[in-house]
Amino acid sequence: MLKMVVCIKQVPMVSELPWNPKTGTLKRELAEGMMNPACAHALEAALQIKSRHSGNITAITMGPPMAEEVLYEAIAMGADDGILLSDPAMAGGDTYATSYILARTIERQCPNFDLVLCGCFTSDSETSQVGPQLAEELDIPAAAYVEDFEIKGRKVRMQRISDNFLEIMELAMPGLMTITTRSYVPRYPTLGSLDEAFEHQQIKTFKAKDLGLDLKTIGRSGSPTRIINVYSPTAEKKNVVLKGTAKKVVDDILAGYGDKISGVIGKDLKKK
Amino acid sequence: MNQPKNSIWVFADYRNYFQNRVTLQLLAKANDLASELDAEVCAVLFGYETDEYMAEYIAHGAHKVLVVEHPSLKQYSVEKYTALMEKFAREYQPEIILIGATSFGKEFAPRVAKCLDTGLTADCIGLEITADGNLLQIAPSFGGNLIAEIITPDHRPQMATVRPGTFKEIPHNDYLRGEVVRLKMPKKMPADRLRLVAYERQPERDQRLEEAKVVVCGGRGMGSKSKFKKIFELAQLLSGEVGATRPIVYAGWAGDDTLIGQAGKHIKPQILFSFGISGAIQHTAALTDADFIIAVNKNPNATMMKMADVAVVADANQVCSALIKALKERIQSKSD
Ligand SMILES: Cc1cc2nc3c(=O)[nH]c(=O)nc-3n(C[C@H](O)[C@H](O)[C@H](O)COP(=O)(O)OP(=O)(O)OC[C@H]3O[C@@H](n4cnc5c(N)ncnc54)[C@H](O)[C@@H]3O)c2cc1C
Ligand SMILES: Nc1ncnc2c1ncn2[C@@H]1O[C@H](COP(=O)(O)O)[C@@H](O)[C@H]1O
Repeated sequence: MLKMVVCIKQVPMVSELPWNPKTGTLKRELAEGMMNPACAHALEAALQIKSRHSGNITAITMGPPMAEEVLYEAIAMGADDGILLSDPAMAGGDTYATSYILARTIERQCPNFDLVLCGCFTSDSETSQVGPQLAEELDIPAAAYVEDFEIKGRKVRMQRISDNFLEIMELAMPGLMTITTRSYVPRYPTLGSLDEAFEHQQIKTFKAKDLGLDLKTIGRSGSPTRIINVYSPTAEKKNVVLKGTAKKVVDDILAGYGDKISGVIGKDLKKK
Repeated sequence: MNQPKNSIWVFADYRNYFQNRVTLQLLAKANDLASELDAEVCAVLFGYETDEYMAEYIAHGAHKVLVVEHPSLKQYSVEKYTALMEKFAREYQPEIILIGATSFGKEFAPRVAKCLDTGLTADCIGLEITADGNLLQIAPSFGGNLIAEIITPDHRPQMATVRPGTFKEIPHNDYLRGEVVRLKMPKKMPADRLRLVAYERQPERDQRLEEAKVVVCGGRGMGSKSKFKKIFELAQLLSGEVGATRPIVYAGWAGDDTLIGQAGKHIKPQILFSFGISGAIQHTAALTDADFIIAVNKNPNATMMKMADVAVVADANQVCSALIKALKERIQSKSD
């Protein structure tokens, strides 16, 4: 029986959110949340292992209360239970603090785990840092950007592409992998299974103090990095503005820059 | 000459040397930073039989190369490299460690940062020194069209990763001098819990888009997958390559090898055509080396329009069609 943990983040559905220029923060409340795509692939990988080897899957997410939606979704897809870490004190943390919280939770709530799976990145921050840092916190071996793997006894044999190399590696369990979005296409939860997930309350919710976390080590105060300024990029060039019908602007472009284009592409663009 | 007080380390990522210039780009940036910090620039190299790289790094601005050579380091190993970096960083106390955001770098840097109990900013697009001597890490943030300035005030070293193509290298200069410092491979290394069983070099990734003189880039403003095909047609007429934004790649209007931006390719065309693109920072971060930009957008206030040399306020799809038509006539008329 394999004990697996999948770390799942809820991310905004739209990548361009309006922001408040006064506070410099995103108007996240306007966004609908969804399961981060790479996390869904990681969960799918766990589900396929479970169906082949028998196992147990715990989905963990840290986020605002509404992040529990992704846990119900995970359970509907086939995870066994979910853990929601939600506490204002955890907010604003960088990957150092996030991986600390996830590690302490896994140690306490999922002792004797065999495998931790993460997405290789999140679509909203794309740092790819949480997985590798979580492995350091748990002091277990890890491989990032894994495309495919199988379990062989107490080892995981995996394949990945790292820079220009196709690598086949063996990882001793317990271990951690971050999964790319190139394989393990996630299944859709059926509507029935979603209803069922909501009925069975398999979700545990914890705050920092429930986990015995020192407030100094989490959230903003536990983060070595500090954001000191946020702004909207303003790249202003003195430029030429062209307006009018498509035909007119194309004529203008070719009249003004035809020679330039012609020079670069090495083709004559003069009107006959 | 006095010994500089501080050091700035650049991880020597020499695998795929000829395509991967990020180490050289970081050495150049480290030189800028060093002049403000009274620091020396060190390339930190783990490997075996790496003399040619040491010479290269010195010719590209490394004042020092710290080297650990050992047969067991022949292949990259994230566990060994992390252990070595941690050990030597504790010993030498660099102010700053910069690491290229290659696949390996993205896996390696977070682990080093965790071991050294310090912060790490991913994918910086700018690095500066603040008035009080901190490393200012400038990076796109929050998934929005925003730039954040980040510091690591109370922890050392300060760490950042940087995507290839973000900074410019110092041209190769054989007259530059530097020192090679060989460090001993520690007797005790942690047991390898991750074992490389086999590996195979993949065919070189083609660099046509990165090297293209003309890039025709399309975004969501093109309207639909079928209309987006015109981008391909135009690129072909202009002997150029096709680029796309992330929504286009997600929607499958173009392959993921066309993605331009933070998560994709950095380009340096002489002429860039940009159709129906808003100009989010994750996209424009990769356009800093484009010489001449012609942007078409309905919205004259789009960021992409402000950074263009020629801002065309019109329907992207119609302009694309009209340009194709005009070019076809003109290119054919040559042979008349
Ligand atoms: C972590 C992270 C990494 C990212 N990495 C990348 C990356 O590498 N590359 C990338 O591109 N994006 C990336 N993004 C996404 C990026 O933030 C933007 O969402 C994306 O670049 C927007 O693409 P777009 O300009 O095509 O679409 P939109 O932002 O929707 O812009 C469409 C534009 O088309 C114009 N338009 C609409 N209709 C017409 C018309 N008929 N004629 C003319 N103009 C019209 C609109 O005015 C608008 O300006 C990333 C996001 C995150 C969070
Ligand atoms: N708040 C979170 N809760 C649970 N898992 C997370 C969280 N943030 C990041 N992760 C995990 O770390 C992976 C990489 O995230 P990132 O480092 O933000 O790119 C994600 O795919 C998740 O598996």
